[in-house]
Amino acid sequence: MKFLSIYKTVERSTPPTPEEMAAMGKLIEEGMKKGWLLGTEGCLPTKLGTKVRRSGDKISVTDGPFTEAKEVVGGFALLKANSKEEAIQLAKDFLKVAGEGECELRQIYEANQPNQTSCVEAEAVALKR
Amino acid sequence: METTETHRAIEAVWRIESARLIAGLTRIVRDVGRAEELAQDALVAALEQWPKSGIPENPGAWLMATAKHRAIDYFRRDALIDRKHEDLGREMAEREMQVPDLAAAMDDTIGDDLLRLVFIACHPVLSTEARVALTLRLLGGLTTDEIARAFLSVEATVAQRIVRAKRTLSDAHVPFEVPRGTEFTARLASVLQVIYLIFNEGYSATAGDDWMRPTLCEEALRLGRILAGLVPNEPEVHGLVALMEIQASRSKARVNAAGEPVLLLDQDRSQWDRLLIGRGLAALRRVEQLGGMRSTYAIQAAIAACHARAATGEETDWSRIAELYADLAAIAPSPVVELNRAVAVGMASGPAAGLELVDRLVDEPALRGYHLLPSVRGDFLKKLGRLEEARTEFERAAAITQNVRERNLLLDRARSCTNDRA
Repeated sequence: MKFLSIYKTVERSTPPTPEEMAAMGKLIEEGMKKGWLLGTEGCLPTKLGTKVRRSGDKISVTDGPFTEAKEVVGGFALLKANSKEEAIQLAKDFLKVAGEGECELRQIYEANQPNQTSCVEAEAVALKR
Repeated sequence: METTETHRAIEAVWRIESARLIAGLTRIVRDVGRAEELAQDALVAALEQWPKSGIPENPGAWLMATAKHRAIDYFRRDALIDRKHEDLGREMAEREMQVPDLAAAMDDTIGDDLLRLVFIACHPVLSTEARVALTLRLLGGLTTDEIARAFLSVEATVAQRIVRAKRTLSDAHVPFEVPRGTEFTARLASVLQVIYLIFNEGYSATAGDDWMRPTLCEEALRLGRILAGLVPNEPEVHGLVALMEIQASRSKARVNAAGEPVLLLDQDRSQWDRLLIGRGLAALRRVEQLGGMRSTYAIQAAIAACHARAATGEETDWSRIAELYADLAAIAPSPVVELNRAVAVGMASGPAAGLELVDRLVDEPALRGYHLLPSVRGDFLKKLGRLEEARTEFERAAAITQNVRERNLLLDRARSCTNDRA
């Protein structure tokens, strides 16, 4: 199973310290090596960001910083796990290094999910002669 | 022997031997594209010589020896010879002299080579279509024309896809090896996905050349069995094999004399292939022994096994199927799984319980426009005697489906709701 982990945290004005970067670097390296981390990136401050929004047929563009939000997206990771519990554990381990904030975990749709060729019971019962 | 007969024999030998040939050659020349060319050269030589000389006692060894001679020539003659190639050529020539029976020496590693070839053909640098085409070409020994016919594509498109795939592998310097550790698990998943895709393409007869479709199923089954032999301790592989064996066992019963599909509960179970069912159940037992029931393939196989074990539709163990769908939903949740779980629950515990689950799915965006949702709802409502609502659901389902036969059937069911009431 794959999970997208979106890390949200209160935006701070200082860049991470060398110690913080080293600790995160170690975790990432370990994750890549062990295979549970498929990809990850961190975001630059929201003052460099922009929100593009469609509402009806109108599209609005609002430049950062996103001062109205209490917590903003700080980065994301694509995780590989055998269960949701495992993904939760990975998020906990990440937060120990990253600090305060939350990880929103979302399971990713994968192509080899059960398909309609093998799940035939609905068809067999509902369309029985 | 007649020439055509010899050609037919060569064709059969090719189907059996080509994958091993290409695998062994890839290990030597380190390039899948080059290996395939050498194997093709050997095939051409066989087509020229065998009609005159007769088919050799060990055709596979003959092809391998011939291809390897070509490989040595290739290393020696290549105008842009570099040191490495020269060394390789010399090494090979030396080995050739030292080991009298090269074919026997090759056999020790042939299994490993085949496995490496599977992993290369299903490498993640390639698109899914390319993986499928390359796997069928290199491991199935299918021609580009056959692959194109099976996938309703043009031969040139398939040929180009394969050429590009080989170039991608070469450019990316993809090593000829079996991945280790956690990478193995991820890469194995890709291999299984490709095999199951091939199987499904053949099994879900939505379109395509009728003659090529069964070939795809057989090919996928064959690849799955070979893979299970190469990595016997991987439960997911046995799970997929079990699923394919049991699904394939119903092939004959799935279509009636008029070529129309026959659904699971309407099938003549005496037509189910007992041999394939036996193999499927054995593969499933292997999964259990290895403690690998928590995989989507294994659970789907276990569901298929419930039907295979029931002598008649009435004897189906629906509560076991409902449990298995719950297991499936826990690791791979999807609205389709949930709908089938609802049906199993409805069959096991009564229509009211089933309807309760289906009702949770009516706002599911993924099922919008899916005719089976109102069909299933209609079935439960009818069983509960809520005929007016049932009729509406069957009519809705009939309006959605693209299939004329299904539409007629659903309209029949809708009408029967009115008749029953009257």
